[in-house]
Amino acid sequence: MSDGEVDLGRRRMLTAATVVTAGVGAAALAAPFVLSFKPSARAKAVGAPVKVDISKLELGGMLRVEWRGKPVYIVRRSAQALDTLQKVTPELFDPDSDQSDQPEYAKNATRSRDPELLVLLGVCTHLGCAPEFRPQVGSPGAANELVGFLCACHGSMFDIAGRVFKSMPAAANLEVPRYRSIAGGWLLIGADGGVS
Amino acid sequence: MQAAKIWAVALLLGLAGLPSPALAAGGGEGLMQQANNDLENVNSLQRGARNFMNYCVGCHSMQYVRYNRLATDLGLSEEQLRDNLIFGVDKINAYVTTAMTREQATSWFSAVPPDLSLTSRSRGVDWIYTYLKSFYLDNSRTFGVNNKMLEGSSMPHVLWELQGLQTAVYRDEAVMEDSGKESMVKVFDHFTLDEEGSMNPKEFDGFVRDTVNFMDYVGEPVKIKRQKIGMMVLGFLLVLAVLAYALKVEYWKDIH
Amino acid sequence: MSDNPATVGGGRIERLGQWVDDRLGFSGFWKAHVSEYYAPKNFNIWYYFGSLALVVLVLQLVTGILLTMNYKPSAAEAFSSVEYIMRDVNWGWFIRYMHSTGASAFFVVIYLHMFRALLYGSYRKPRELLWIIGMFIYLVLMAEAFMGYLLPWGQMSYWGAQVIVSLFGAIPVIGEGLSEWIRGDYFISDITLNRFFAFHVIALPLVLLLLVVVHLGALHQVGSNNPDGIEIKKLKGSDGIPLDGIPFHPYYTVKDFFGTVVFFIIFFLVVFFAPEMGGMFLEHANFEPADRLKTPEHIAPVWYFTPFYAILRALPEKLMGVIAMGGAIGLLFALPWLDRSPVKSMRYRSVISKVMLGLFVISFLALGYLGLMPVTDFYTLLSRIFTGFYFLFLITMPWWSRMGSHKNEPERVTYASR
Repeated sequence: MSDGEVDLGRRRMLTAATVVTAGVGAAALAAPFVLSFKPSARAKAVGAPVKVDISKLELGGMLRVEWRGKPVYIVRRSAQALDTLQKVTPELFDPDSDQSDQPEYAKNATRSRDPELLVLLGVCTHLGCAPEFRPQVGSPGAANELVGFLCACHGSMFDIAGRVFKSMPAAANLEVPRYRSIAGGWLLIGADGGVS
Repeated sequence: MQAAKIWAVALLLGLAGLPSPALAAGGGEGLMQQANNDLENVNSLQRGARNFMNYCVGCHSMQYVRYNRLATDLGLSEEQLRDNLIFGVDKINAYVTTAMTREQATSWFSAVPPDLSLTSRSRGVDWIYTYLKSFYLDNSRTFGVNNKMLEGSSMPHVLWELQGLQTAVYRDEAVMEDSGKESMVKVFDHFTLDEEGSMNPKEFDGFVRDTVNFMDYVGEPVKIKRQKIGMMVLGFLLVLAVLAYALKVEYWKDIH
Repeated sequence: MSDNPATVGGGRIERLGQWVDDRLGFSGFWKAHVSEYYAPKNFNIWYYFGSLALVVLVLQLVTGILLTMNYKPSAAEAFSSVEYIMRDVNWGWFIRYMHSTGASAFFVVIYLHMFRALLYGSYRKPRELLWIIGMFIYLVLMAEAFMGYLLPWGQMSYWGAQVIVSLFGAIPVIGEGLSEWIRGDYFISDITLNRFFAFHVIALPLVLLLLVVVHLGALHQVGSNNPDGIEIKKLKGSDGIPLDGIPFHPYYTVKDFFGTVVFFIIFFLVVFFAPEMGGMFLEHANFEPADRLKTPEHIAPVWYFTPFYAILRALPEKLMGVIAMGGAIGLLFALPWLDRSPVKSMRYRSVISKVMLGLFVISFLALGYLGLMPVTDFYTLLSRIFTGFYFLFLITMPWWSRMGSHKNEPERVTYASR
């Protein structure tokens, strides 16, 4: 044995260099495995923007369509309904939608591009149930005349712009997806001309 | 130690050196021509896609291929795709299907034209290239043509206006029978062009090559990317191998 | 490790480590099987393949699980779900090619690992059970590969399964009923595919893992053989450690790591540049969906089965062929008792033994090649000659292994440090 010849510094350096390089390699090998979990081309094709014909949607009515496996609510709001938006403001948790998800063009008083037309994801921001639409809203004297949507699962209430009231299980307004109107009285859900 | 290494290397080389059995091509041995297509030639791929959409997709689908994937990989915009490749299809992410139904196919051709997504992998590009060039006049067939690569093929000569019409010419050749007796048989020799098409033979070869190139791409869209990633992976592994070897030698200094 | 309780932070973590170790005994396991497992210092290139088999096993498990997430085990959807993986799933092609290349890599590694045992007598006393467990691993691996090959539901998948399952039909009396029982139908159908999937993804991998654990346990019980074929445990130092033994860690961990990197270079060369391997790893006809009305013109099993397929075809009658094929594998189990040579390693065995082993390897490779080729009179003749030698080698081993003059084994292993 020729002890003392062992250069511990060199050994440590080589070990470190090999371990770090091998670690990079292992991470690079794991990356494709992790990325394979992302939505595939098929999922993307199925989840592509959907076109909806809204020319027959009457005033005060709601249309329920599916986009990416979720319900999307399209409501044509009456003037009365729009009037309530101002009234309920003091009772709302997030009246200006600062803590809620919506495209920039829907971050306004009516949470929509066109005041009359409301487009919402029908997914309660509490635990994901589909809130139910209360068409009686706006009829003066009704029990909860200011409520637009009520989630039956845990009782969260939202106004007719999808804004949540104070002290509700849900702590954010209903999400507004990207959308834009296209020719012929149709609406495109899931894309707005920008990046979808 | 040394002997063991020689053994190992000899064995590995022996295994790698075995000739693999020929690709079962289904007739036409000796006719086969090289496609010599180039997957990195995007212009050729675009022309091939256009050829396919104009001449093939009426009967043949590519059921695993999406139009938008074609656009991305072939460097086309959505507008270019819609103007040049998609006919009567609404969704850009739809699969390349054919308008012809199975029933129509069976009544027109007595067989359903195969899906062409994977033909370049099952038959090989050279086979397709030669096949598309090997139609010849044969009155016994329904469509008046037969194919040297696949005798009895029920496909009509879709490209006849481009290539023209050719006749197969045979020569007599002596064959030794098992009994030791010689006999003469007719052997295919070459084609003659009876009626010229709108393309000269060289242009037509280019047309077919582009089409085959596109089918090669469609067989495995990731092929070029795969090889590029492969170069990086191997480069990295070579560096790691040097480090690992140095580390091994360093530790094994202890052993005497 | 520090004995000073005053050490802050580190002391706490060490105490936690100690707490866990008292309950799990990991450090004892690590010592017994890694840091104080003494392996002979003279391992050569042939000793890489054991650890490589373990690496491939892990690769196959991981890529296999990922494939299962997108594969559909039904006759209607299987073929297109594989193309879905190849085209639509992010990096699906990479995972699939790793898995298909991994299957072949597994057999390359296992065959070389088995050849090593033949070369240095690693199956001899006291390692008989180690060899037998290894043979069971090989059998399970063949079943695993065969069932996995049906899953893509291409022409080769279908007709390969058709041929292999029909072999069971050759068994007298119960044969027909047996093949029907295996298929669960009158032909290879959706039902067969579904059960092969269950075997391939869960039943056989579990058995395989269990056998691998037992194989390693048996190895560490008796200790590794080495190229000199002598027992290092016979000569121990005053500390009780074999004089020619070195701790597995760090010496063989760094060495096997280097071997693994070299293996990966070859493996990824195939994955990225030749995943079909000219039709050897992924057969051309398998890119056509299964069609039960049309057999491909030339069908051959994947290369790792072809030696036995050639033996099957070499015999004129189906039942004899099946028996010969079974015998060719079954006889290997008896190797520890067939080999009567006074020394284990080929290094010291007689010239006769060396020549016999060389011819055996040539026969095996030749059979593998012939199994890929179409049947002709000449090839059948060759197959018969090589099949004959394959059996001659095994059956007459008790005699020829004692013939000729052997060299004496050394006291200590041969090792020259550089």
